[in-house]
Amino acid sequence: MTGELSETPTTSEFTSDEMMTVAASRSLNDESVCFVGIGLPSTAANLARRTHAPELVLIYESGTLGTKPQRLPLSIGDGVLAETADSVVGVPEIFNYWLQPGRVDVGFLGGAQVDRYGNINTTVIGDDYQDPEVRLPGAGGAPEIATSCGEVLIVMRHSPRAFVPDVDFITSVGYGRDGSARARLGLPGRGPVKVITDLGVLQPEQGTNELTLTGLAPGVEVEQVRAATGWPLRVAEELGVQQPPTDRELRILRELKATVGNGESS
Amino acid sequence: MARILQLDTAVAELVNDGDTVALEGFTHLIPMRAGHEIIRAGRRDLTLCRMTPDVIYDQLIGAGCARKLVFSWGGNPGVGSLHRFRDAIQHSWPVPLEIEEHSHAGMANRYVAGASGLPFAVLRGYAGTDLPEHTDTISTVRCPFTGEELAAVAALNPDVGIIHAQRADRAGNVQFWGITGVQKETVLASARSLVTVEEVVDELPEQPGAVVLPSWAVTAVAEVPGGAHPSYAQGYSERDNAYYQEWDAISRDRDRFREWLDTEIHEPERSAR
Repeated sequence: MTGELSETPTTSEFTSDEMMTVAASRSLNDESVCFVGIGLPSTAANLARRTHAPELVLIYESGTLGTKPQRLPLSIGDGVLAETADSVVGVPEIFNYWLQPGRVDVGFLGGAQVDRYGNINTTVIGDDYQDPEVRLPGAGGAPEIATSCGEVLIVMRHSPRAFVPDVDFITSVGYGRDGSARARLGLPGRGPVKVITDLGVLQPEQGTNELTLTGLAPGVEVEQVRAATGWPLRVAEELGVQQPPTDRELRILRELKATVGNGESS
Repeated sequence: MARILQLDTAVAELVNDGDTVALEGFTHLIPMRAGHEIIRAGRRDLTLCRMTPDVIYDQLIGAGCARKLVFSWGGNPGVGSLHRFRDAIQHSWPVPLEIEEHSHAGMANRYVAGASGLPFAVLRGYAGTDLPEHTDTISTVRCPFTGEELAAVAALNPDVGIIHAQRADRAGNVQFWGITGVQKETVLASARSLVTVEEVVDELPEQPGAVVLPSWAVTAVAEVPGGAHPSYAQGYSERDNAYYQEWDAISRDRDRFREWLDTEIHEPERSAR
């Protein structure tokens, strides 16, 4: 979880959101191909490319392949993504030729709700699809990112409203309602391997695929994470603690965030 | 051959009450002004299609133009939710809004099938999701060669496809580049099409990577400089990010929205008379 960082942890203050973004960026390996969602995943992926993973290949669903934006894109269709891409292709092509056959190593997603089996909901809150309590934006590219990428990383802020036992609607499948859907559906990708939050890291337990606490953010107690999780959260036997950001990571992250007005809410 | 028309004439002629209309654009090149003209023309009962309904769809929905929305992601990109869209779904304001919901891959393939003259498209999609339970244009099909079960989506063939492009020439050949989304497929899938452009030029300059739609594949072209504002037209304009943020506040409140509708859409027409 800490990556191969030679630098020492910072001694200055940092926020839990900054720790989350740094932890998410460390989860991306250099030279891998990453399909990036907008918001938190985009910030983390761009941080990774500026720190330990300069050869990370970024793909956005707007059709930009191998994009190297100098500033954080405000949306998935930001002009900076097209101007700095190896190639810009149409939307049918990005999904059919590039995502669908399994050319992408990592899908990097956010969401409004995630459940104990890593299923993501970005569609509706409430039991009645026709008459929802809250209407969310919908699926976007996520359902096929979740099934076709080699593996999936999820980054979300921790709260009982967001981390629920069963999502109201499966927009993008993790391990299904019972933890065993991927094998049954014969899905090519492994599914979610990590959920990175502002409190720590959850990972699917071997066998059951139930999300289990495997790492804590610095200064966070297990009870805090349990209180912010809507199911009885189990804790891994070997519970790690994340290395705080290095001075370099913090500096680059803050510079990066200063390049965009507001890029984290969609 | 495409005819070069004024925007109001083109919308009056091509868009009818009850039509299925797709105004496409993927954050870039969004045909905002054409959408405003549809509101001004008072069109009703439209089935609106769009992969990424954003501010212009929020405005059309809030103005009561739409009966149904076919889409895959509805939001204010970089800002948050669409409040008129939410109000229509959650409270039927100003009129009830039926929805037909897909993933991006599904919507893109529906346009591809529509453009190809096929009844449906095949993809590896929707596996494990709850979407097929609620959307009857998602089904499955068995591969006749391998026996594998795959997702199938019905072709999307709008009555009218509307896009914004950088340029057209006087003959109505259209050229656009940068993030080109699903716009080519939208025009080819639609029975009639309208392309608004930043400028009409004598001859289209060479432009690497550009999509060209020949005049004979387009119904009408209208010259509308800044027609994509607040989105952008690469090479012509920058995205007006403040507008998207301001829309969040305007659209949260029905009265503020009504006021916007009156001052930004209806008043300019009255004063132009």
